[in-house]
Amino acid sequence: MTKGRFGIHGGQYIPETLMNAVLELEKAYGFYKHDKAFWEELRQLYRDYANRPSMLYYAEKMTKDLGGAKIYLKREDLNHTGAHKINNVLGQCLLAKRMGKKHVIAETGAGQHGVATATVAALMGMECTVYMGKEDCERQALNVFRMELLGSKVIPVTTGTGTLKDAVNEAMRVWTARVQDTFYVLGSVMGPHPYPEMVRDFQKVIGEEVKTQMLEREGRLPDAVIACVGGGSNAMGLFYDFIPDKEVRLIGVEAAGEGVDTERTAATIARGSEGIFHGMKSLFLQDEYGQIAPVYSISAGLDYPGIGPEHAYLHDIGRAEYVPATDRESVDAFLYLSKTEGIIPAVESAHALAYAMKLAPTMDKDKIIVVNLSGRGDKDVAAIARYLGRDLHE
Amino acid sequence: MSKLAGVLKRHKKIFAPFITAGDPDLETTKKLILAMEEAGATLIELGIPFSDPMAEGPVIQEADLRALSAGCTTDKVFDMIKEVREETDIPLVFLTYANPIFHYGTDKFYARCAEVGVDGTIVPDVPYEERGELEAACEKYGVDRITMIAPTSDDRIREIARDAKGYVYIVSSLGVTGVRSEITTDIGTIYRKIREVTDTPAAVGFGISKPEQAAEMARLSDGAIVGSAIVKIVAEYGKDSVEPVREYVKKMVEAVAHCED
Repeated sequence: MTKGRFGIHGGQYIPETLMNAVLELEKAYGFYKHDKAFWEELRQLYRDYANRPSMLYYAEKMTKDLGGAKIYLKREDLNHTGAHKINNVLGQCLLAKRMGKKHVIAETGAGQHGVATATVAALMGMECTVYMGKEDCERQALNVFRMELLGSKVIPVTTGTGTLKDAVNEAMRVWTARVQDTFYVLGSVMGPHPYPEMVRDFQKVIGEEVKTQMLEREGRLPDAVIACVGGGSNAMGLFYDFIPDKEVRLIGVEAAGEGVDTERTAATIARGSEGIFHGMKSLFLQDEYGQIAPVYSISAGLDYPGIGPEHAYLHDIGRAEYVPATDRESVDAFLYLSKTEGIIPAVESAHALAYAMKLAPTMDKDKIIVVNLSGRGDKDVAAIARYLGRDLHE
Repeated sequence: MSKLAGVLKRHKKIFAPFITAGDPDLETTKKLILAMEEAGATLIELGIPFSDPMAEGPVIQEADLRALSAGCTTDKVFDMIKEVREETDIPLVFLTYANPIFHYGTDKFYARCAEVGVDGTIVPDVPYEERGELEAACEKYGVDRITMIAPTSDDRIREIARDAKGYVYIVSSLGVTGVRSEITTDIGTIYRKIREVTDTPAAVGFGISKPEQAAEMARLSDGAIVGSAIVKIVAEYGKDSVEPVREYVKKMVEAVAHCED
């Protein structure tokens, strides 16, 4: 097996034009991964700029209302830019700066990764171009303008389905054209090695904090940790530190769209099969000839036909469980958390909440669940209104 | 020596046209193959359409989508080649992506290549490091695994070229496939580095559309590969593209043949 494998998954399936750039990145990350000064600077940015550690909040009303396990929310939504994405972007942009790159590019689905990249590019004085599917630009118009305010260029991608997958295609194509001075800030635990490992390392702070906070609060580890999964970066960040703790259930929640049995779904583990795409061997939604399937979810951030290779591996070995949540269930969870706890979650994170709401009542009251509230829902308000048949004039 | 290597050895210069199979339909693809052979092509590269061709510019991306919407599948492409093989021996090389091969079953895919008479494959998203993905099946069925060398390959050139089968595909420029007004890469230097380690011929592709460009690239290497410019003609004329493509290929073949004049 070649480098960057998680079981059979992972690898470096990219065009030759990008190969030296990826090897250069691999070498640079291999070095800075063990560089004290790099991590000190990153930890300082996490603390002073991104507002870490993010709080672990005991959702008491929700717990009592559901009448089962205690529910804690990991408040990644309170990070600067409103999602976990900033953790990874700070790491990658700091690395890009160390490597002397002046131009960063990024793909974005919901716009959270794009906003985070635009933000850090402004902070570090880098030129930034973000590729975003045309349909997503419409669904997330506010985030497009937000990125422009931050000084980035946003390029709508019209090819394919005009969603996250196509934004990744386009970012990769542009990268091959400007490979010498450009750093590709990939937003999830996917793509060619070293991205899955590197993005996980920049996100694993989520799980590390949860562990410390949980031991302080409850004196023990949680029984289950739950996160939504598109490419899978917030889930990988939450899971990673808990992998050796076999008593902790790791649960990833995929976007089922209109249902796992319909064509309008994005549930990769439930419906996908082994494939090679976007630089990695992993699981993908595809047809009988290996054509990548159009996917659908109300959530632009989970609307992706693949999953990070380390998740595919955790699934293979049975260490993590992956379950689907539909649009309807997620919107219900979105409304529920808003009314019950006064927290409007990202529609992505609402998928994780939807499953937690099913699971909690089946567990005893002395059990503990941690849900990763990976992002805040301000960006989704208009889309939720549309889903509920309300026409807002933005 | 493979059949492809044997044929290339007999040619001083290579001209390799590319079309996407199934665009606009497989019947036209068959006619185009025969017309391009008559026009003097050394070999023909055939794209098996993929939903997300990462290394292609808009022209070939759209051709892939046209072919897929028209119902083209990998099995239908194999069937078409089986038929066209009754009429021609010209070397045929597939260009497609890792997933259509992997999902079809890599062993089964190359077994069918050998069965219908496909001489080689070019798979842009399987670089040298990942060659193990295809190597065993290629060798088992005697299908050449054609490798690409890019302007950014630098110190990788010798390593990749040493291992080359059939021909070496030199990527002329950064970025994706598509017509370019000029090519600024130092092809001569890349070509010399390849020559230091292998006798396998090396031809240049990406961005070539005009006869002068093809001649220049053939002068600097062993030949020229042209895709997007031909696919554009197919896009414009559809089922009636056979004659305009024949004319275009004829012009390009002549330019390449007389490149050292």
